[in-house]
Amino acid sequence: MALLTLSSPHAHGRNSTSKVMMTVTLATLPGLAVMTWLFGFGTLINTVLAALVAVATEAAILKLRNRPVSFFVKDNTALLTGVLLGLALPPLAPWWITVVATMFAIIFAKQLYGGIGNNPFNPAMVGYALVLVSFPVQMTTNWAASSQMGLDGAALSLASFGDALSTIFAGGAADAFTGATPLDAYKHQIASKTAAEVLAEPVFNGWLNGGWEWVNLAFLAGGLFLIWKRIITWHIPASMLGALAVCSLVLGWDEDLYTPVSLHLLSGATMLGAFFIATDPVSASTTKLGRLIYGAGIGIFLYLIRTWGAYPDAVAFAVLLMNFAAPFIDAYTQPRTYGHKKAARGLKKPEAK
Amino acid sequence: MAKSLQDISLDGLWNNNPALVQLLGLCPLLAVTGSVVNALGLGMATMMVLIGSNFSVSLIRNHVPDAVRLPAFVMIIASFVTVAELVMQAFTYELYEVLGIFIPLIVTNCAILGRADAFACKNPILPSVVDGFMMAMGFTVVLVLLGAMREILGQGVLFSDMQLLFGPMAANWKIELFSNYPDFLFAILPPGAFVAMGLLIAVKNVIDKRIKDAAEARKEPVEASAPKRVRVTGN
Repeated sequence: MALLTLSSPHAHGRNSTSKVMMTVTLATLPGLAVMTWLFGFGTLINTVLAALVAVATEAAILKLRNRPVSFFVKDNTALLTGVLLGLALPPLAPWWITVVATMFAIIFAKQLYGGIGNNPFNPAMVGYALVLVSFPVQMTTNWAASSQMGLDGAALSLASFGDALSTIFAGGAADAFTGATPLDAYKHQIASKTAAEVLAEPVFNGWLNGGWEWVNLAFLAGGLFLIWKRIITWHIPASMLGALAVCSLVLGWDEDLYTPVSLHLLSGATMLGAFFIATDPVSASTTKLGRLIYGAGIGIFLYLIRTWGAYPDAVAFAVLLMNFAAPFIDAYTQPRTYGHKKAARGLKKPEAK
Repeated sequence: MAKSLQDISLDGLWNNNPALVQLLGLCPLLAVTGSVVNALGLGMATMMVLIGSNFSVSLIRNHVPDAVRLPAFVMIIASFVTVAELVMQAFTYELYEVLGIFIPLIVTNCAILGRADAFACKNPILPSVVDGFMMAMGFTVVLVLLGAMREILGQGVLFSDMQLLFGPMAANWKIELFSNYPDFLFAILPPGAFVAMGLLIAVKNVIDKRIKDAAEARKEPVEASAPKRVRVTGN
């Protein structure tokens, strides 16, 4: 019989990896519901597709690696990776984008590094960055504007379900529904218009952020639930959102020149990133001080890339950049252990042989 | 300890392949292998330089003092790179334009200086030339493999633009593997080269392991030993 080696901490039943991951997955449901309400069934279809592909890929690779398949699949990490990817991808992204992103995330970002617990980078964001870099056209033009779909409930009819299916799987013409996201629109139009003129654009729909504020508030609610359940701590989201707000207020206070802070906090993938993606227990920092630095780094990168970078949103790049730094941050922020006067910090020199 | 020509060849092509084992010359390897024609062009230029430099270094090996050998080698390599550059400019001008800075940069390809210092300056002319040819061959094969992988994944075609190297008759060598293929930029950009390179190295290691296992299995005759008693009780 195969004995499974489990390292400490040997927590008792209540918080198994499987249960934690399932709770996180369930906490995304409010956000998923709001996105489906706003953008139609595309988000839902892509999320389900990504989740199925993720689990199937994980099982296939585990089989190839001669690992116990059902034990690792049941920990739900692949499921969560798939769900997060599905939420991050544009609602009407063609099916092969979802499949490529998910398979790359599971195979290259997770299993090639040794599977659960060994991946230095957030798998979902590696998959997302891959397709964002590879297929810029399909990734930026398949955002349905909420003013064109949804809101009046038309997005939830059976006919629109069929439309979304045919757009995703048969590559049907989606031109009538596609548009830029509010973040993208504001960034590019503010160069020639005033804030009031930009906000009157149809993409903003007369609302604060063209519906995106509801998406973000829903993810915020899911995130607060996770903090209440003590699955994540407050450090990373708080420092990330704080750094983003401070950057926006200090560097971009003039909303006739820069994207305003309300749009930064309540548009794009800000809340999804802060509560669900940056807090990945494997690739994030693990000490308290480290988490504050790590979160703040993501917030700063997020602002810099959104404002001066080539991409309208930057959660994936910001998270991946800070993933690089996480082991280093951890090494320098170790807490003092009981019985020692000083904390053992810094990188240890390799022993001379 | 002179090695046989056969060993030298095997070293260059497989056991000590400059790209897969020594991991030398990664800069051009990763930068220009976006298509087969680029890879082949750079591989052939590298081959010309490597054979020429190995030959010349071997010629002067008894006359150059150790202290100044590296400047001398670099001078020889730089001359051959200039020759290669001019030849490409004369005969394959478009390819020369496409490869751009990476042709002069052959001079910094550590595989070339490495072979000059590690092999050619210690061996007679014939083994040196064979070594140069085989090392360059191993390098080129890897370049072309990478180019093919990235061309297929990136653009869904194979052997596009071969007329740049082989003249007008090669214009229709292009094979469209998939129709309506969306360009997969990741494979065309350098990160894709790193991933493809890693996969190639992994494949080589797997093959090496298989060969080693097979050799060991042949060496040790299977012993028909009585099944040993294994203690199963005691819990």
